[in-house]
Amino acid sequence: MTKKKQLVIAVTALNAIDSPGPGVAVIRAIRECTDFHLRIIGLSYEALEPGLYMHDLVDKTYQIPYPSAGTDSLLGRLIYINDIENIDVIIPNFDAELFNFIKLKERLKEMGISTFLPDLNQFEARDKIKLYDFGKKHGLMVPADKVVYEAKDLAKVAEKLNYPLVVKGKFYDAIIANTLEQAQKAFYKIQAKWGLPIIVQQFINGTEINIAALGDGEGNTISVIPMRKLYITDKGKAWAGITLDDNSYIELAKKFIKVTKWRGGCELEVMQTADGKPYIMEVNPRFPAWIYLTAAAGQNQPASLVKMALGEKVKPFKDYEVGKIFIRYAWDLITNVSEFQKISGTGEL
Amino acid sequence: MKLKKNIATSEEGFIFNPGTGDSFSANPIGTDIISLLKDNKPLETIVEIICDKYDVDQSQFIKDLDDFESQLKDYGILE
Repeated sequence: MTKKKQLVIAVTALNAIDSPGPGVAVIRAIRECTDFHLRIIGLSYEALEPGLYMHDLVDKTYQIPYPSAGTDSLLGRLIYINDIENIDVIIPNFDAELFNFIKLKERLKEMGISTFLPDLNQFEARDKIKLYDFGKKHGLMVPADKVVYEAKDLAKVAEKLNYPLVVKGKFYDAIIANTLEQAQKAFYKIQAKWGLPIIVQQFINGTEINIAALGDGEGNTISVIPMRKLYITDKGKAWAGITLDDNSYIELAKKFIKVTKWRGGCELEVMQTADGKPYIMEVNPRFPAWIYLTAAAGQNQPASLVKMALGEKVKPFKDYEVGKIFIRYAWDLITNVSEFQKISGTGEL
Repeated sequence: MKLKKNIATSEEGFIFNPGTGDSFSANPIGTDIISLLKDNKPLETIVEIICDKYDVDQSQFIKDLDDFESQLKDYGILE
C-alpha cells in the first residue's frame, strides 16, 4: 500500500471488563497498523462498557439494539449510523450478535459496508451443539458431548460421559460438575443466564491452549498464534498468557480453516492431554479478547482482516515472536456524569 | 542427556520452554549444567568441570546429576 487509506471502522464488544469482549483489543491492533487513517466507531449495548469512554481509541459510539431484537431492528439502527458516519468496515465481536450480522452481510454490502465473516454454514458447523459431529466428520479430536433440554436427563447423560463432566451454556459459561447434584445446579444456573439447550461435555484433563487464527475464506490460513494462559481468573479467562512455539497447534488451526474454508477470525480452545492429544473444546467464531497479542507478536490479525474485508489479498504470515507475554490489568477510568448521561439519554457518545 | 533444541536459557539460570510456555529458575550449579548441555558437552566433561569448579565429591555429584536429569525430563526440557 503506497497511500494511507481513510477508513471508518465500526467495532462491537467494548466491554473491557473482567470477562472482556474483544472490541478494545481489536481497535488497539487496528490503530497500530500504519497503513490506515482511522475513524473508529464503537457500537455498544450498554452505557457502562468501558471502551465507550476510551476516547483515544474510540472516536464516537452509538448504542445498538440487543441481538434478541432481531435483524430488522439492527439494520434500522445501522442505516441511521451509516448515514452519519459512512462506515467502510464493521467488525462484530460477540458470539450472540454474529448471526444477525451474517444475515445482514449482503444488505450491508449494498450500503457500502464491508464485513469479513464466516457464512451461516461455517458459523453453525462449529456451534457447540454440533462440534462433536463436526470433529468426527473432519478427523479432529473433540470431547464427546450431549445436548440437554431438561435437568432430569442429566443422570442418563452422566452414565455415558462419567464424572467429572462439563456443563456449558450455548454461548458462554462452563462449569465442571463432579456429582449429579452439582450438574443440576450448573444446569439451572446456566439456563437462567443463557437459556436452553445446555451442552454436557466429557471432561478432558490437560493443558489449556488457545489459538487465534485468521482464514481467508478459501481454505488458506493467513495467521495462527497459539497461546497458553499463564494466569486464569475465577471465570476461566486469561489474565496473562504467552505465545508458544509448537507446530502441532499451527497445523491443527490450519486443518480447521482448510476443512471449513473459514472466513474471518476465530479462536480454537484446545486441551492438550499429558500424552499429547489435542482436543478441540470449543471454536469461537470471532477474535478472542487477547487478540492484541497477535499484533504484539508480529501477526496483526485484526488489521489483516480489515484489509481482506476491503478486498485486498493478504499474504499468509510466516513468523511470530515466541515468548511474547500479555498481562491484563484493571484501571479505573474516570469520566463525568455528563458523558454517562449522553450515552444513556441519546444512545450516542 | 540432551536439551530440546528450542529451549531458551539465560546466564542467570532462567529456562524457558517455548513449546509449553513453562519457565524455570535454576541455581548456579544447575545453570552451569544447563549451559554445558547447551554446548553439547558429554556427561563425563560436565562431571569433571562441575566437580572441579565447586569442589564436590564426584560420586555424590553423579547421583545429584541423575536426580537433576529426572527433573529436567519431567519438565519436558530434555529430548
